[in-house]
Amino acid sequence: MEQLVWKTGGWFALATLAFLAALAAADFGFAVHMGIVCAAALAVAVLTMRHADYEAITRGLLKMPASQGKYDDDPIRWGVIATVFWGLAGFLAGLYIALQLAFPALNLGIEYTSFGRLRPLHTSAVIFAFGGNALIATSFYVVQRTCRARLAFPALARFVFWGYQLFIVLAATGYLLGITEGKEYAEPEWYVDLWLTIVWVAYLVVFGGTILRRSEPHIYVANWFYLSFILTIAMLHIVNNLSMPVSWLGSKSYSAFAGVQDALTQWWYGHNAVGFFLTAGFLAMMYYFVPKQAERPVYSYRLSIIHFWSLIFLYIWAGPHHLHYTALPDWAQTLGMVFSVMLWMPSWGGMINGLMTLNGAWDRIRTDPIIRMMVMALAFYGMSTFEGPMMSVKAVNSLSHYTDWTIGHVHSGALGWNGLITFACLYYLTPRLWKRERLYSLRLVNWHFWLATVGIVLYAASMWVAGIMQGLMWREYGSDGYLVYAFSEVVSAMFPLYLIRAAGGLLYLSGAIVMAWNIGKTIAGSPLRVEKPMNDAAYDVEADRPLVPAAT
Amino acid sequence: MSYDALRHFADSWGLVFMGVLYVALIGWHFLPHGRQRIAEAALAIFDDQTEAGHG
Repeated sequence: MEQLVWKTGGWFALATLAFLAALAAADFGFAVHMGIVCAAALAVAVLTMRHADYEAITRGLLKMPASQGKYDDDPIRWGVIATVFWGLAGFLAGLYIALQLAFPALNLGIEYTSFGRLRPLHTSAVIFAFGGNALIATSFYVVQRTCRARLAFPALARFVFWGYQLFIVLAATGYLLGITEGKEYAEPEWYVDLWLTIVWVAYLVVFGGTILRRSEPHIYVANWFYLSFILTIAMLHIVNNLSMPVSWLGSKSYSAFAGVQDALTQWWYGHNAVGFFLTAGFLAMMYYFVPKQAERPVYSYRLSIIHFWSLIFLYIWAGPHHLHYTALPDWAQTLGMVFSVMLWMPSWGGMINGLMTLNGAWDRIRTDPIIRMMVMALAFYGMSTFEGPMMSVKAVNSLSHYTDWTIGHVHSGALGWNGLITFACLYYLTPRLWKRERLYSLRLVNWHFWLATVGIVLYAASMWVAGIMQGLMWREYGSDGYLVYAFSEVVSAMFPLYLIRAAGGLLYLSGAIVMAWNIGKTIAGSPLRVEKPMNDAAYDVEADRPLVPAAT
Repeated sequence: MSYDALRHFADSWGLVFMGVLYVALIGWHFLPHGRQRIAEAALAIFDDQTEAGHG
């Protein structure tokens, strides 16, 4: 009882502090954010005070199995639902801003819905909310299975989940309110950064603690990738966000670095966010879920070790390729280019390792839509890790930089690799976590696969054409030495390609809606959809008889 | 240490150190004694105990 009073009192004190901060705030955005923090703290205080078994209630609402089982899976179940939800939100925001580029009227003339504010909302929603929740959920799942240990610090694991959701809400509302550090993929301001640091350290403690408590001698390679992802993101996040707030009660801060040093720190962060968040973390998923779904061990465990150390040693130097032909010293630009080109080999080694895991079971691509999704994800991993090094070459970059080719490249990686591997993992996890016989429908997985794949093809193809056209038009000189095209002419030339891109986005979003329906029905425990199996062998009654009619 | 000295240290001894560390970390797993352990590690995820009573 006494402990309960202390706990509740602490939450109330926090709520009061946030309320006072909101009253004394230097700007409107900070006041709104402190209001959100206050509401969150109050909600937790009230929930603590009423002392109900909320876990049991949510377990009932979300149809989770009552028995806890051998592993601590509740935060993973929440994570699956959060991943689907944020995925839909992020894809929808992406489709909307794609349409804004084609039809500027969709900016609606209001600051809150302008492209500049919705764009970071889209990127953060898909990378950090959709991707981040998928990473946290799968890492908690994989680390328990491969270590054969329950999650260390279960309460802290729940804090990681809810704390991360609060981070997402603060970041997203901040973008709409115009609160930004102006650093790509690191837009949240100083106080949100501090909160994420706390959550991330808690994540490291839960994950690392579970590894330390393992009852399996070897640490499976997927955990190496997860651990490198968690550690590196902590380092990148802290260094890149070193800044000094203008006021302790305001949302504006200035970076600790200036000029080109700031730019280099930002892209050291930015490229390694791609390398360790979107690559290492998702490769961890690949190294566990692809072998599990294919029911055969990874093609070469030693290759996975080479893959791991090569990524660690090379990725961290590749960032300067984002700053070709800028004030950055020439040697640093070349360094970024050389290391990016070297990255091609381990990346393809990893892709081959994943694909060859299916060696001897290639028919599964035809019969198992989840495997098909994984294979397509690996194919896009290979394509975008070839395209990336190519674009980092200075001569190519002089054409591609600042054009939509970059956008196409990013999306073939994000939609193709990160998206498809995440969907495949969600499909793998849902029936297992909710103890269902199988997914509601495998045919719907097939629909999702094709909607997503055709969507990516439309997206990437239109952005290649748009980007190269844009780059060529920008650099076109006439015989009189003047630029041939005005910027506005290049913009109008892009219109049809923007429409194709939006169509691709619509297909991808539709696929995700099909997935949400399928996963929702699986979670709800609906009767499995009666459908023709994916792998029926032909059976012809007429032919099923002896060649010579039996004598009568 | 001046910027110039640091930069020259980084692309001489620093580079050698990184290269040696990289080769050592990977080479360790290619020593003969690791063959058996690696084969076991690759199969460990299929041990029945790792499944949480699916279905």
